[in-house]
Amino acid sequence: MIDSRLIEQIANAVLAELSPRAEVLSAAPYANASSGQAVRDITSEESRAEILIEAPCDPDALVRMKKRTNARIGVGRAGCRYNTQTLITLRADHAAARDAVMTDINQKVLDDLKLFTVESRCGSKNEFLTRPDLGRLLSDQSEIMIREKCAPNPDIQIFAADGLSSTAITANLPDLMPSLLIGLKNKNVSIGTPFFVRNGRVGIMEPVAEILGAKVTCVLIGERPGLATAESMSSYIAYDAKTGMDESKRTVVSNIHRRGIPAVEAGAYLADLLCKILRAKASGVDLRKEG
Amino acid sequence: MNSKTITSVGIDIGTSTLQVVFSHLVLENTAGYFSIPHITFVDKKILYSGQIRFTPLKTQTMLDDDAIRRIVHSEYERASLRPEDIDTGAIIITGEAARKENAALLLNSLSGFAGEFVVSTAGPDLEAVIAGKGSGAQHISQTKGICVMNLDIGGGTTNIAVFDSGETVARGCLDIGGRLIRIEDGRIAYLSKSAAKIASSCGLSLKPGDVADMDILRLVCRSMTDILEQMAGVSPVTPLLHEVKTLGSAAFVMPNAVQAICFSGGVADCIARSDEDPLRYGDIGPLLGEAIGQSRLCSSFNILRAEETIRATVVGAGSYATTVSGSTISHHDDILPIKNLPALKLNQAEQERCYEGDSAYLAEKIRWFLGQNDTDRMILAIRGERSPSYARLEVFADCICEAVSAAMTPGAPILMSLESDTAKALGQLLEFKFGPDRTVVCIDEVHVEDGDYVDLGRPLMDGMVIPVVIKTLALG
Repeated sequence: MIDSRLIEQIANAVLAELSPRAEVLSAAPYANASSGQAVRDITSEESRAEILIEAPCDPDALVRMKKRTNARIGVGRAGCRYNTQTLITLRADHAAARDAVMTDINQKVLDDLKLFTVESRCGSKNEFLTRPDLGRLLSDQSEIMIREKCAPNPDIQIFAADGLSSTAITANLPDLMPSLLIGLKNKNVSIGTPFFVRNGRVGIMEPVAEILGAKVTCVLIGERPGLATAESMSSYIAYDAKTGMDESKRTVVSNIHRRGIPAVEAGAYLADLLCKILRAKASGVDLRKEG
Repeated sequence: MNSKTITSVGIDIGTSTLQVVFSHLVLENTAGYFSIPHITFVDKKILYSGQIRFTPLKTQTMLDDDAIRRIVHSEYERASLRPEDIDTGAIIITGEAARKENAALLLNSLSGFAGEFVVSTAGPDLEAVIAGKGSGAQHISQTKGICVMNLDIGGGTTNIAVFDSGETVARGCLDIGGRLIRIEDGRIAYLSKSAAKIASSCGLSLKPGDVADMDILRLVCRSMTDILEQMAGVSPVTPLLHEVKTLGSAAFVMPNAVQAICFSGGVADCIARSDEDPLRYGDIGPLLGEAIGQSRLCSSFNILRAEETIRATVVGAGSYATTVSGSTISHHDDILPIKNLPALKLNQAEQERCYEGDSAYLAEKIRWFLGQNDTDRMILAIRGERSPSYARLEVFADCICEAVSAAMTPGAPILMSLESDTAKALGQLLEFKFGPDRTVVCIDEVHVEDGDYVDLGRPLMDGMVIPVVIKTLALG
């Protein structure tokens, strides 16, 4: 077996030759081979909280302001440009956002939750990104699989889809699902068999609902990542979802992530909300009208 | 469903004055369409503000309860409100009035009359916070992100609260006020214990019947002001500071440098220079105000203009005593409202033990707490974790279940408050584990300290929130 430490030493030596500042650019908390000290993670909470302005006149006020927002304030500048740290943090966040879109779901998460996987009509990530229409349709094989494996005509059908951030699903689903399912127990409603859709968009809930004859359909889907977080998940819910229905029929709960709505709390909230939609026989704007 | 107006009453029975204020509090869901609801008070309007009257006394040590009840009753009539119309509110007996022999009795009889969910008394330290909110000091601190000290100087006590970016960081109470010495016909008619202490520290022995010498009274007022300067950290601390600390008030520790001061209470109106007779109220209030105006409190700090001065406490009691819980909570309506729940707060280390499943420890703690308070009901308060994993929350819920089953009487409800937004998830887990055996109420986004008492009202806004009053003292 090759010593990983040795590889790291070689990599660092090569990087150091390429650029004198290459080491600073490595965002992950690599162990520094020469000193044994951990290199700081520039995307960590502590690094984000750091004040980069030189000699601010009221540092306490700046700390308080930074606590209230995820925006990059109090970061200072170098002439008319960002400081190095701000720039590389931005690049790291952008990289995380791209990764969230491009990487595939962590299979272990699906295995732990006992979710089987089906696919949209998109054959690849590239097709998924360029053909939104295909991301709203199930492949023929997937349709057969869903018919075979899922309980028909449930009151509530829950499924997950990667959408534009599989990272969000990996981060939130393991805590949200059990909280949601335990909340639905004792409520006297029938719950469909949950599964996962690869390369799926929100609109794929319509064919799912139609195939299974579900009254309420709920998709847990990764949100388009931004520079603030790449881990945000949403839940879209519709009563009696049908192909061609108005977007206004969807109820949305967004911003489910570590720094937004905690996943466990979102699960508990969704349990009540799904039952409310089932009782009201309405979702989206119609539910609001119901009051 | 998106907006709800509730009616609130504030009744302040102070050392020298008594007032009733009614207000409308507007609750609204301020969250966007795509978010979990977030219900908060968006507006507070004063409906009716009663006259400021002298607090009627039977003797020096007895409040005139009949007269007080008559005044309160007449204010309800003038405002065209009945007790049934009142959703929430607070009755507070402050300063020296709270030390009268029949204060507790009067509070009890009044709170029954004032409305179903009206809280009686708050405790000296919470009064300071209520006054600081009523004066507007807390609001300024929050919006400007600064550290503000509010000094509510009344007839018998000075309530001090320090807010940093809107958070209460220190509170305390001193026996200093404008009516500690009263003057009739040029002679001292009354002298409180703390006024006598302050006078003797200046080498003076004052007693009732003495001629009221203006120079001597000014000297006593300057000494009182010096104690206030000590509280604000601009004068060296003397032993006198501890001697005049109000009984039952917390140790005052100033955590941050104060950036601005706000004065409220009756004496606040006397700080501006005036050519009127200093003894116009028959007390030392105007002289104390004059001394404060010349003190380091005014020269060392920015002075903020209070929105309310003499009415700060009553407005605070009416508008700020009630808060609402977070909007994703878990509850059973049939046991609400519940009043005067003693709070057992777990500190960070204890909370950690419970999240790791140490139910034996928690059971022991609950048993001890119930024994101490001689009660069979309590509210368990924790800070909670920001975003715990489901597995961790389940261990915690199991821990609570086991501890409660071991330490509490069968069927007693489980009442919990958290600071972090995880009450619905936890409450749901507890409900699942207990089944029909116990009722569960689990609220979040409220800050409860060890030794506080908590009142939970009837759910509002389609059951999404519960009105909560947190107080430091419970009577009745």
